[in-house]
Amino acid sequence: MSRTVLLIGTRKGCFVLESDGDRRDWSTRGPFCEGWPVYHAVFDGSTGTIFAAAASEWHGSAVWRSTDLGETWTHSSEGLAYDDASKKLSKVSTLSVADGRIRVGVEMPGIFESRDNGDTWSLLTTLEGQPGSELWDDPANQPPGHLGISGLTSDPDDADRFWAIVQGIGAFETIDGGSTWTPRNRGLRADWPREHEEVGFCVHKLVRSRADGDRMYQQNHVGMHRSDDAGKSWTEITEGLPTEFGFAAAAHPHDRDTFFVIPLDPGHGRTMPDGRAAVWRTQDAGSSWRRIDRGLPQSDAHIGVLRQAMAGDTSDVPGYYFGTSTGQVFASADDGESWAEIASYLPPISSVDVAILD
Amino acid sequence: MADVHLPTTLMPLFTGLPRRLDLDAETVDDAIGKLDAQWPGLRDRLCEPGPTIRMHIHVYVDGERSQLETPLEARSRVDVIAAISGG
Repeated sequence: MSRTVLLIGTRKGCFVLESDGDRRDWSTRGPFCEGWPVYHAVFDGSTGTIFAAAASEWHGSAVWRSTDLGETWTHSSEGLAYDDASKKLSKVSTLSVADGRIRVGVEMPGIFESRDNGDTWSLLTTLEGQPGSELWDDPANQPPGHLGISGLTSDPDDADRFWAIVQGIGAFETIDGGSTWTPRNRGLRADWPREHEEVGFCVHKLVRSRADGDRMYQQNHVGMHRSDDAGKSWTEITEGLPTEFGFAAAAHPHDRDTFFVIPLDPGHGRTMPDGRAAVWRTQDAGSSWRRIDRGLPQSDAHIGVLRQAMAGDTSDVPGYYFGTSTGQVFASADDGESWAEIASYLPPISSVDVAILD
Repeated sequence: MADVHLPTTLMPLFTGLPRRLDLDAETVDDAIGKLDAQWPGLRDRLCEPGPTIRMHIHVYVDGERSQLETPLEARSRVDVIAAISGG
């Protein structure tokens, strides 16, 4: 019988939720990482290791590691600092793993890499010289100005290729392990003046289809977008959604045209519209959208979902999971058709990742 | 020997780290260096690059708020405090 493991990063540590292959009954363990705020926890399937990017207000940033599904943990920040004293590393925001390379995106913007399973870290890149970098290199824009690396998307077939989101600037692709970069924002919409043709977009979330690596989806500040050429160009697919704003998204593991998103009100609240929780699904690459709310609260549910807080598994009938800013975890075991609340009182949730273990 | 008291938030991070210990050190920085030699990585939990003491870590030597360069006397009491930092 297989095991399904959810990693939940929260403001008060990392939690592990576990079920069998049916994904109906769940147990909860945690909090781990000594209650440090965990911004992103991910599972490295090649080694069975959990990594959790965390930043303590007292003790700074570190990446925590567990090789036994959360039973024991260590942490390291060796090398996780800028040599340039004018650059402050205030937070480790996002993680990705690919072929033994663990990468962590940080604020102010930079990407550090570990090739020894998280023992030590070294600076891979700050995307220096890219259009817009003068903005994030301006001390006035340094954190808490929130100009960090907010997302990393790896290529399972090519560890040298990955995409990075610079918050408020846009998406960039490298094909040489981070040495050189290309902005990947053509066709995106921005409702504000921009200083550069290629950047100035507020990319919230980038998702790549497992079924077709050229198919990508993007939720940004002003709309949903689809790419059919691995991010080289984008087409807006917002029509049919209740709002153009949101953070969380997930792609179907076997069907390139099926994709999930959770629209939010774009104002200060950034919660689901009208207090009625819903996930929206397209099965035709964004030509049409369907609201799915079966099993989700339909009154007084003023809940938000952050950019790393939705994930899908790779089962034949895929399961999907999202965690809320108010500590609930919802799961679907039937390809998104219906949902159940599987944890109710966790701390505010930053991230959700899932692994199926044989 | 300085009488060094550490915050409880550090204990779970480093195996065998006691809440208080005696250290032969000339400055606060020297004391942290000796702790880091025995428990690698501990300096990063108290200091940020510069180096300076982290914003929400306060160090008192004989009751006075201190910095890394503050000298220690033979019988100094050093209190390292994880300051109030939100709920």
